[in-house]
Order: sequence, then C-alpha cells, then structure tokens
Amino acid sequence: MSKESIVGTSVLRKEGAAKVCGKARYIDDLSLPGMIYGATVRSAIPRGRISSIAFSDGIPWHEFIIVTAKDIPGKNRIALIYDDQPCLVEEAVNHPEEPILLLAHPDRHLLPKAVAAVKIEYEELSSVHSIEASENQQTIIWGKDNIFKTYIIDKGDVDAAWAAADFIIEGDYFTEAQEQLYIENNGVIASYNLEEGLTVWGSMQCPYYVHKALLGITTLSEDKVRVIQAETGGAFGGKEEYPSILAAHASLLSMKSGRPVKIVYDRLEDLAATTKRHPSRTRHRTAVTKEGKLLAADIEFTTDGGAYATLSSTVLSRGTIHAGGPYLWPSIRVRAKSVATNTPPYGAFRGFGAPQSLFALERHMDRIAKTLGIAPEELRRRNLLKQGQLTSTGQEIRDPIDLDHLLNRALELSNYHEKKARFERENPTSLRKKGIGLTSFLHGSGFTGSGERYLNSLVGVDVTAEGKVRVLVSSTEFGQGTNTILCQIAAESLGIDYDVVEMAPPDTRIVPNSGPTVASRTAMIVGKLVHSAATGLKQTLLASRLLSENYTTQDFIEAAKQYIAANGTLQSLSRYEAPPNIYWDDEKYRGEAYPAFAWAVYVAEVTVDLTDYSVRVDDFVALQEVGRVLNPTLATGQIEGGVAQAIGYALYEKVVWDRGSMKNNQMTNYIMPTSQDIPPIRVFFEEIPYAYGAYGAKGIGELPMDGPAPAILNAIAHATGEDFNHIPLLPEDICEQLTAIKTLQEEEVLTQ
Amino acid sequence: MRSYPADYELVSPANLSSALNLLHSEPGKWTPIAGGTEIMVLYGAGKLAARNFVSIWGLPELTGITESEDALRIGAGCSYTQLRNHPSVQKHFPLLAQAASWTGSIANQNRGTLAGNIINASPAADSPPALLVYDAELELISAQGTRRVSYTQFHLGYKKTMLVPEELVLAIHLHKRFNAYFSYTRKVGARNAQAISKVCVAALGQLESGRIKDVRIAMGSVAPVPMRLTQTENLIHGQAISDQLMESAKRVLTSETTPIDDIRSTAAYRTRVAGNLLEEFLRAFAQTESAE
Amino acid sequence: MSKQLLTLRVNGTSRSVKVHSMARLLDVLRNDLQLTGTKEGCGEGECGSCSVLFNGVLVNSCLVPAMQSADAEIITIEGVSKCTRHASIQQAFLECGGAQCGICTPGMVIATVHLLEKNPNPSRQQIEEGLNGNLCRCTGYMRIFEAVEKAAAAEQIEAGAAR
Repeated sequence: MSKESIVGTSVLRKEGAAKVCGKARYIDDLSLPGMIYGATVRSAIPRGRISSIAFSDGIPWHEFIIVTAKDIPGKNRIALIYDDQPCLVEEAVNHPEEPILLLAHPDRHLLPKAVAAVKIEYEELSSVHSIEASENQQTIIWGKDNIFKTYIIDKGDVDAAWAAADFIIEGDYFTEAQEQLYIENNGVIASYNLEEGLTVWGSMQCPYYVHKALLGITTLSEDKVRVIQAETGGAFGGKEEYPSILAAHASLLSMKSGRPVKIVYDRLEDLAATTKRHPSRTRHRTAVTKEGKLLAADIEFTTDGGAYATLSSTVLSRGTIHAGGPYLWPSIRVRAKSVATNTPPYGAFRGFGAPQSLFALERHMDRIAKTLGIAPEELRRRNLLKQGQLTSTGQEIRDPIDLDHLLNRALELSNYHEKKARFERENPTSLRKKGIGLTSFLHGSGFTGSGERYLNSLVGVDVTAEGKVRVLVSSTEFGQGTNTILCQIAAESLGIDYDVVEMAPPDTRIVPNSGPTVASRTAMIVGKLVHSAATGLKQTLLASRLLSENYTTQDFIEAAKQYIAANGTLQSLSRYEAPPNIYWDDEKYRGEAYPAFAWAVYVAEVTVDLTDYSVRVDDFVALQEVGRVLNPTLATGQIEGGVAQAIGYALYEKVVWDRGSMKNNQMTNYIMPTSQDIPPIRVFFEEIPYAYGAYGAKGIGELPMDGPAPAILNAIAHATGEDFNHIPLLPEDICEQLTAIKTLQEEEVLTQ
Repeated sequence: MRSYPADYELVSPANLSSALNLLHSEPGKWTPIAGGTEIMVLYGAGKLAARNFVSIWGLPELTGITESEDALRIGAGCSYTQLRNHPSVQKHFPLLAQAASWTGSIANQNRGTLAGNIINASPAADSPPALLVYDAELELISAQGTRRVSYTQFHLGYKKTMLVPEELVLAIHLHKRFNAYFSYTRKVGARNAQAISKVCVAALGQLESGRIKDVRIAMGSVAPVPMRLTQTENLIHGQAISDQLMESAKRVLTSETTPIDDIRSTAAYRTRVAGNLLEEFLRAFAQTESAE
Repeated sequence: MSKQLLTLRVNGTSRSVKVHSMARLLDVLRNDLQLTGTKEGCGEGECGSCSVLFNGVLVNSCLVPAMQSADAEIITIEGVSKCTRHASIQQAFLECGGAQCGICTPGMVIATVHLLEKNPNPSRQQIEEGLNGNLCRCTGYMRIFEAVEKAAAAEQIEAGAAR
C-alpha cells in the first residue's frame, strides 16, 4: 500500500477482526478473581422524602454488602458542571429511579430478588412533570426558580424589524425525549485495594470524566485512581456523563467489600434510569419580506433538563447557537432556558441540542414558505449564508462554502423537482400520499467557544522498546471509528504502514487527557494533535540521523528501537493550541462559537398511508460538506447510522411517561427501526479542507442527527397538506389530526 | 435477568403421555412451556408468577403437519416457520401463512408455536383472526382423553380460554373449504418486524351475482379477545357492496368492537384504522368475480 | 431446587454442565461455558444479540430454556469463527463496515449464516427479512446488507469453485 494514501482510504477497522469473530470483550465479558456483583435500589416516586427503609425477610442480608450515602468518604455529588446531583439519595428524592442504596453479593441472580425485598416508605411531595408546570413555578423543585440555565443571543435590532415586515409568521414546535438505545447496556467493574488504589473498567466515552468524578467521591489522590475503557457497545452520548454515576456506585461497593464489584444494568433498568435526549419546545416569530428575505427572528427555546442540571447548560448552549441554522439573519434574538422537572436527568445524545432547535427552525422555514407561496427550496436559497457573512452569533463564515451549490446538488441527487411534481399529480387519486421534503443545516464541530482552550487537550505518539508505534489519547472507540482514523492519521504523518500503528490502551495510567470523546471533536481536534505529535516524533528521528529520508516502515521501526536504546524513550506530545481569530464572549454569547461547521442538505421522500396513517421513508439523500473524508466506509457508516437513528427520533421512538417513570422500558415497547424499516440511505460528501482539522477534517458524528426529522416532517406536510410540528410523530398523531379535520369538514357540509 | 433460577423448576417428560399424567396428577401446579417466546420474556423481566414448568417442546406427538383430502392437521408443536413454509398452508390457508410470516422475527418464528399463541390468548395475536375465519377446530387432550372445540368458542374473556389446567392443545384442524374465496389480511403494527399488532384483520369472502354470498371477518386488538365481527358480517351478508354499505358496515364495526388505549396505541386510532381496513377489504372484495 | 446435569453439543464438542433446570441457554453459554461472544442486549428476544443456531435454526438464546437444548447442536459465534466455512461472511462484514461498535455483530453473523444456509442467493428484501430480529443502532443496516450480499457472492464463487 502506498504510504501517501492512508488518510482518505477505507482501511479496515483497527479492532474490526475481533469484533466480527466475537472475540472483542465488553465489560460483561470480563471478570476478576473474587469478583462480586452490585445492584441499585431506586426510588419509586418522583419527589418526596424517605421516611423509612426496611429489609424484608427471605434474603440472607448478612451476606450482602450494603452501601448508603453515609458510606461516601468524600462529597456526595457527581462532579460535572453544577455538582447538584447526589451520588446516592440522603433523604430527598427528586426523580423516579433515583439511586438510594447499593447492594452487592456473589450470586448475580440473587440481586434482583434482594432489590425487590428492600421496602422504602416515602413522604411524597407534589412534583413537576412538564415544561409548562415547571415554568409556572407553583412548585419549586430546583434552585429558586426551577431554571438551570438561560442564554440570550441578540443580534441586530429584532424589535424594529416587525414594522418593516410584509409578513410575521409564528409557530410552536415540540420534540420529546429519545433514548440512545446502545445495544450494550451500561456496565462497570471497580476494584479497590489499599496498595494500588481504585481501578475502574467500564463501557464509557470519557475515562477522564469518570476519573474526575471518582476523586470527589472517594477522596483518593489522582494517582490512586485509574480508569480504563472497556470495549464499548455503542454510546451516542449516553455514556458521556452517566458512567461516572455507575463507576462511583461500583467503587463504593468495592471499597466497602474489599472485592472487585461488577454492576451491569439490564435493559429494563438502563431504559428507566439513565439519561435521554432533552425534550424541547421552540417558539418562532419571524419577520420576512414578501420576496422571502428573512428580516428577523425572535426565538424562544426551552428544554426540559430533568431533576438535576447535569449537562443541561451545554446542551442548551448548542441548541441556542444552532437555533438560527445556516441562514443569514439581519436580526435575531434567541431566548433560551432549561428547566427542571422530576424526571431522571436528561443528558448527552448525539446532536446535543441542535436536533431540537434545528427541527423547529426547519419546520418553520417550510411554514414561512407555505405562507408566502414560495417553494421551500427557493426560500432557503434566498437566505443561505455565504462566505464572508455572519452567523447569529456574529461568526464570520471564512470557509469558501457554497450552500447554493450544495442545495442544487441535493435537489439533483434526490430528483426533487420531478418527484415533487409527480407526487402532486398522483396524490389526489391515491390513499398512499407521497411527499418530498428537504432541510438545510449546519453542525458546529468541537467544543463551543473557549471550550477547547479549557479542555487543553494533550495527545501523544510513542514507540515502545519492542518497536510498537502507539497513539496515546483518552479518546475512545465505541463504533464511530476513533481507533482507525487516529491510526490512519498517525501512520500517514509518520510515513509508515497503517498496520504497525496501534492505539495505546484507553487507560488513564497510560494515556494523557485528550478531552472527552464528544462534540464531534475527535477527528478534527484530536486528530490534528495526533498529526502534530506524530510529525514531531518523525522529526526527532530524522534529526537524530538514525533515520534518513525515503525510509521504509521497517527502517522507521529499526531507527526507533535504536533511538530508545540510546535515549530511553521515544515519545512526542502535542498540546492544543487554538486557531487564530477565535474569540468567544461567554457573557454576550457572541463571536466564534465553533472552530468549524459542517454543512448539509438532506432530502426525504415519504409515503403516508391513509389507511393506517403510517409513514414510510422511501428514499433518503444525505449530502454534506465535511472538510475531509478520512475513511469513506467509516464516514458513510456514521451518516447512515445517524440518519437511521434520526428516523427513529422522527417516527418511532416515543417514551411513554407516567409522572416521570418510563412505562415502556422494554425493547418490545420502545420502538427503534429494524432492518425492514429503513429506506435506502444515499450518502454523498463534499470536501473543503479545514486548515485546523486533521488533514482538513471537520466533525461528522452528530451532523446526521440534525437533518432527517425536519426533512421527513416537511415531506409529510407535502404529502398530506397538513403540518405536524411535534416529534415523534406517530400514526396515532397523524390519524388524530387528519380525522379532526375531516370531522370538521363533514360538520361544515352538514351545516350548509 | 430478574428471576432467581433456583426458585423455578422445569421438567422434560419424554413423551406426551407422561406430560399429561403430570398435569393430571397435580392440576394447576404445572405450566406447559413449548418454545418459550412468551414465558421466557416474563421470566427475564422477573414477572413470572408460575414456578413449575413442564416442557412440551419437541414432543413427537405434537409435531408435524398432516394432510388429508379435505383437511389439514397442524400439530400443536409446529413453529411459525414450519407453518409459513408449508406448501399446503400457503395454498389452502394463505391468511394463516401470512400471519405466521409477520409474527415477531425470524428467530422468534423458529421457536414460537401456533398453539402457544392460541393459549396465551393475547387479543393482539396475529394468527387467531385467520383461524377464526377459517373455522378452525382445536383438538384438546388430557390424561382423560381428547375433545374438539370450535375455535370461535375458545376464548371466553380476556386471557381466559376453554382450556382446563390439565389440558394441552394437541392439534389445530382446518378444513380445506376456502380456495374459491377472496382472502384479505393486514397487520398494523409500530414497525415492519417485531411488532405487536395495533390492529390486525383476516377476511374471506365470496360474491355471487354481485352480492355477498359468504363473508367472514375477524380482527385482533379491537376487543378483549380475538373476535369474529358477526354483526358486521350479518349486516353486509346478501348485499351488494356500495359506498353506503361500507359506511354502514364501518358504523356497525365500531359499535361491536371495544378497542382500548394501551401502551402501544389508542382506542381512537384502532377504531379509525379498523374501519379503514374493513373498507380496504370491501373495496378489493368488490372487484372480484363471483364464485363461478 | 438443585442443579441438574445438562449435556449439549456446542460448536461441535459435547459439553456437560450442572445448571438450574430453568437456566437460560444464554446464561449457560456465557457463564457456565465461558463463551462470551453471545451477548445479552435486552433479555426479551427483541435485539437478537443473543442469537445462536440451535439444530441449525436461528434462535434467541435468552428465550431458550437451557434444558431444551439437551442433546442439541448449538453453534455460537465462536464456532463460526473456528471453522472456515463462513469466513467470507466475517470478512465481508469487516470490509464493508458492517460492524461499528460490534456488540450486535455476533448475532448478525449468526443470522447471516442462517440466512445464507437457507437461501444462498437472497434478494435485498430477503436479506432485510432475514435480519429482522437483529437490531443495530450504529450502522443503519446499510453496510450490513452490503456485507451479506458480498458474502453471498463470495460463497457462490467458492461453491462454484468446489465443483
């Protein structure tokens, strides 16, 4: 294989062979000598105080390790942003399934029986279960006013714009909770002993987040806590912050018992108790000219954060910044807030606020188009940002992006105009109405504003004495291809074969903190650091004269071994440096919000069957500009998977709540698409290399979550002539709305 | 896995007669388990009340589909896979083959049995509507002998059947009388596979001189039991299919069914969709030629 | 209740274990026989990550009482990996990107083995149906369909060459 063509080719997944042979070992496949099992006793009520805890007969309690909040050596808080979430309930319960006490026993099967035998009595208090109930502040459940966070973006002069508008168009849009539904449930093993300290293995995205959380809980020093990511069976954000809680629980049990403790959730528990996507309500009020020029937007964006703050402020941030989409807004005001309810806290999920606010915006754009009598694609065309223009936070678009071209290409690839006309012709005589809809959108890669500076990521590349070339990052693999692309980057930067580069184990004792594996930052930011670390290492070897130009992989390894023999180690580290001209004002919420944006136009073709009101997506085109495609197979797979997950978000995945408890916490009743529910997903890329991303790459992991839901609902509106503004949109909802109209029409006929 | 295995017992008799003797000797204690696709889900979720199980999976007396000139005998132990792939089921009882093919998933079809589905008696089950319109007969067996019951009488109420605790289903009998009938079936679920039905329908009909000579319509998920829509059938019997008749039929359908709101769907949706399916059936039925 | 002796053939070898009479086949495979390639994703027969072949037939092992597998032939992902007969399936999954996080992959491969043994030349629709009990959250299924098609083609060629 030519050394020049590693980045940009579909080299095989680094850990792929183990995965296809069933040899990859996930946390529940691992065990340690003397290991026992842990389980969690959780609250049955949404809000109140514990009045008593009793242990029923029939269980050999003397054989159990029991941990309560009193056993926590340090602070009873899961360190994240606000530190408001207890590790274990002391007295006050704020959501169903809140962890109260922990049990451990050698017999794994006995644990569920034991959990059921712990009888807890509560004094219930009134609880809050909707954004509206939280807003009216009759019951305060968090802080002074139930509000976790607010943001305001205010660009231009929104209030003055109404007078100049030909039309003022309003709309309210709603998105509900969504479960990440990784096929591997959450799990950890914790092992504590006095000499070595605490070691935790787990299914997780961010070993250093877990590490930090454990320091606060255990009061152990940094070098006495070690966190190792196990092979992780899917995450999607659901294992960004949640594992810290699980790790704390297992660690407490291990510290008390002196034995390694494994806690693995079953699906019922994982669905009921862990984080989900924040529900949202967005209210749009838009001033436009009759030619379809956007003049001003007043957007109110509200998310439900659940019972504790966790990541609600950062999710809100991203949703707020994306609320204006890829359009030029002379004036825009976004008033955003995240409020508390007595639900298990919501958390990170691919897209992280952007799917919510972009759903609202892109549905609203179609509403505007309909009101003005302008075609939806045309309305967008007249307002898409151009190079040199400013986003809603005043960020100048410096890349030579041509969104007009992207729009045209998507329309062509999807055969949009021909299909639109044909469907309109054929629909009147069919019970199966067809529709086609599009969205244009963007997704910021990397942490917001000064976030990357704050993360201060450190990355290494080294060679071991045995001649193994390693990438040292805390960035983790959970299916999205971290291992592969980072090794590709390292191999190409070093000028050696891909096959000899490997990832150092994701172990906080071995790898530096390259930041969390979130925010679509791994390829762009961490990859860039891998490139510079690798380049540094290569230069070291060349400078040492043990290696000369035009070397082979073998030459390189030989030279490295010689260098190590002479110098002890061969390692190169690289620390994050912000690109120039990145200024972000956290107070005014203005400036360069993200280092880079990926841009996209998605088109969905649907059939709405008026016999059962079901929606089938027949074809899906996903076109995006991503800087550089590092590995075509992996990148395509990311988009396809994200589109499928977003189809679930739009049409299938409903959480059925009963006062904060998930009633459908089984895979039988929480519906995700099967192999028979997915349309052909056709993926296309464009590349405008981003100077500060690895080999030009920007992030793509979350982008595909933003587009499909509004594209599908736009297509449904085209098919049926009816607007739906709430997801998930189930056949029952379509039936209700369409038959209400029909009844109304029938009544009108009768009264005439 | 929320159940404690040590609290449960499974015995595996070598033949049917031992199984029946066990059921007879301790009536009400033993629950038969065949493929387990229902029982094991409850077991995993910690919601299984019963404790003692007698495995009837693979008992030779329960397997096999045998055919005579005018009937088909489906052994109680037949899996959905065997059912859907059997040429005579496909030819003579297409509604049943179709229902089997959209039950669960391929893996669940390999283990789930028609008899298990019947005695589990969920009103949402996919196959019962077909059995109802085909006038299936169940052959039940106990240590004391066999008896035959008409399947239309079998369901007594929500999850209550004619089966007494020591009885098993031995076979399902179907008479090959329906080849000349127009047949229609449709399942409405949350997705295209692994979906519990929100509404499902099986229907057979024959026209003569433009009028309905015979019609049988059964639905699932619109009542506490799988049901034949006898009032609707009576209304349209002997009539020519017109828009007016379809509207009247939908009204009668709505009045004789009692769908509910549950975790999967709503009464309003089920009512509306059931009416639409009835209309879809009748429109297609109207296109067919008479039996001659 | 005390444990009982269960003898079954797993991946071509006879194994005997003492298990509770209502043990699940999945737990026997993972815990008693240390064959951890078969996974538990849901415990309710929906996700298919526990798929194995039971006398040649695809089943969800979380729903099979272990005692019903007495004297049965069970094939798990470890068995598929040991023999070369279906190596082209695993190779195709690797080359086409059919595995991302990999947790559904053992079940997907088993389901693919089952599909291709019954239908060596499946259409796309038949592939979609053949895998309808195996949920994948990462891939959106597209690369998996491609992998199955590629494997089917490769196995046809092998079968042709063997004649």
